[in-house]
Amino acid sequence: MYQFSGKLKTFSIALIILGALGIALSFYNAPKTIEDAKEILAHQSSSHGDAHGAEHGETVKDEHHQVEGVSHTHDEAVNHSSKESHVTAEEHGENHDDAHAEHVLHQLQNRPWAAVYVALFFFLGITLLVLAFYAIQRVAQAGWSIVLFRVMEAITANIVPTSILMLVIIITSAMHMNHLFPWMGEGIFDPTSPNYDPIIDGKSWWMNIPGWTIRSIVYLVIWNTYRWFIRRNSIKEDTANDGHKTYKKSYNVSVGFLFLFMLSESMMSWDWIMGLDPHWFSTLFAWYVLASLLVSALTVIAFTTIYLRSKNALPGVNDSHIHDLTKYMFGFSVFWTYLWFAQFMLIWYADIPEETTYFVARFNEYKLPFLGMVAMNFAFPILLLINSDFKSIPWFVVIGGIVILTGHYVDIFVMVMPATVGAQWGIGIPEISAVLFFIGIFIYATFSAFAKANPIPTGNPFLKESEHYHYYNIEHRGEGSSDHH
Amino acid sequence: MESSKVIHAFYNDDEVLMDAVKAVKAEHHHIEEVFCPFPVHGLDKAMGLAPTRLAITAFFYGITGLCVAIWMTNYMMIQDWPQDIGGKPSFSWFENMPAFVPIMFELTVFFAAHLMVITFYMRSRIWPFKEAENPDPRTTDDHFLMEIPVHNNVDELTALLSKTGAVEINVVDKH
Repeated sequence: MYQFSGKLKTFSIALIILGALGIALSFYNAPKTIEDAKEILAHQSSSHGDAHGAEHGETVKDEHHQVEGVSHTHDEAVNHSSKESHVTAEEHGENHDDAHAEHVLHQLQNRPWAAVYVALFFFLGITLLVLAFYAIQRVAQAGWSIVLFRVMEAITANIVPTSILMLVIIITSAMHMNHLFPWMGEGIFDPTSPNYDPIIDGKSWWMNIPGWTIRSIVYLVIWNTYRWFIRRNSIKEDTANDGHKTYKKSYNVSVGFLFLFMLSESMMSWDWIMGLDPHWFSTLFAWYVLASLLVSALTVIAFTTIYLRSKNALPGVNDSHIHDLTKYMFGFSVFWTYLWFAQFMLIWYADIPEETTYFVARFNEYKLPFLGMVAMNFAFPILLLINSDFKSIPWFVVIGGIVILTGHYVDIFVMVMPATVGAQWGIGIPEISAVLFFIGIFIYATFSAFAKANPIPTGNPFLKESEHYHYYNIEHRGEGSSDHH
Repeated sequence: MESSKVIHAFYNDDEVLMDAVKAVKAEHHHIEEVFCPFPVHGLDKAMGLAPTRLAITAFFYGITGLCVAIWMTNYMMIQDWPQDIGGKPSFSWFENMPAFVPIMFELTVFFAAHLMVITFYMRSRIWPFKEAENPDPRTTDDHFLMEIPVHNNVDELTALLSKTGAVEINVVDKH
């Protein structure tokens, strides 16, 4: 049995405390009043030079009506070129500095929320996709992966704390304690309000706070219920000895879960991410989010496996299992790129303003992270991991994996930030502490769960096949060629 | 001529064949060829064959395809008959590049796949209407055949092969 070492436990708790302190500090440092925001703005324009300040003056007139109106994003302006908004623009023309400052204030107040939200979504999503990948192994009755089952189950333990924190974000959003979702703003659905937004109102059958809250909670309940059930049943399999009755029950429930997962994952990506840009839509967005989280999930499985193997906690795992995980990392990196490009190319080709806004916002203010992540998520893994021999060498897998995970964090960052903080983004204390906080939770949840069960699922009928698994094209290091057939 | 004589050992199971190949190699005999009805994973390694360089050629064929695609799209869509792509009449290859990515991808795959297959055929010396080289038609059905050249050691080899589970052992003249 694996022992969750005191050193690792202390390390994870230190990360949680450090992260929590950083998050608290960034909430504390967020500006409270318009005066604070103005001060920050003045500081920014003086440090960025006059050109930037002048540019602000130019753009304020175009954008300030949405400050009064719906949302805090720049890209919405296109859809607002109606008469009313011009009238508003005239009325408020004089005090546009105030309007701009208020706009920036909201973005600055959003930043600690958004930083936590990005990291939370990333870790919740990874955990969810590990759970889904595990369910796929069960449904496919895959033979190779049985020795990795307890690793995957341990990782899914992270779904409980992340779901609880997501619930906090859901409740605070629904109660207007943060402004992450622009469509939750006041008067958006009220035709008499100056904030009225007919486009969002047209979607109100889906986008309404009660519906959104209930759906969000339902997703979390589905995932947590399956996780709770399958972990319990999997441990039961070890000692069941009932002609695989327990095993078949796990299979049946996993089939049902995969069906519900595909529905809930798609809707989750609309509700939790696409809803940040409520005017914009993309039909393959759910796939795109899925690909990003899936490749990250496989990387996390590979990392945890490599770590536990180095501690001799996984006797059944050999180089071929690592090789397979890395093949998935490689393959799903390409799959992610395919979806990223497919979404971009169709929107670029058609050039319809209501669709291009999404990319305009990203090209204008997020050029480096937006294009940099393509290098990190596509070019780097392709070049590093294309060689078959490298795929089972832990060093290469770890280097490739770190770049993949960073790249996909940036991917989620670029999905969330433009709509929530706009130009006020950065990678600073709020973002880094949020990531550290969730890494700490992840380590604590995963390894304490791994220590609680037999690392080998002895009751699984495919266990022997998994232990003998050998991809014919590679040699297992430290083994003679006669050890496997 | 003694050296043109070969031994044909027949097997009817790929696992048995693999063990036989390992046993023969362990005695330092040269295996000329093994004929199989289907590919046996790991056989090349057991026979001591050098790893294939087909993957390297495939890489260069892919690069060639990519270059052809870039040249072709530039010639057709930008130079020869300039096209207004998606309402963006920039007439620059680079600015219209997203529209050409599918073509670049497809031609990379097309060149790599077809040229790799053709290379494989040429390297294996097979082409349409070529007469089969396999010494026994049973190797296309359910038998595996190991061919070992004989150097005044017929008895020794026969004894070794019969120990490895061969179902039939023939000494034949190779033409």
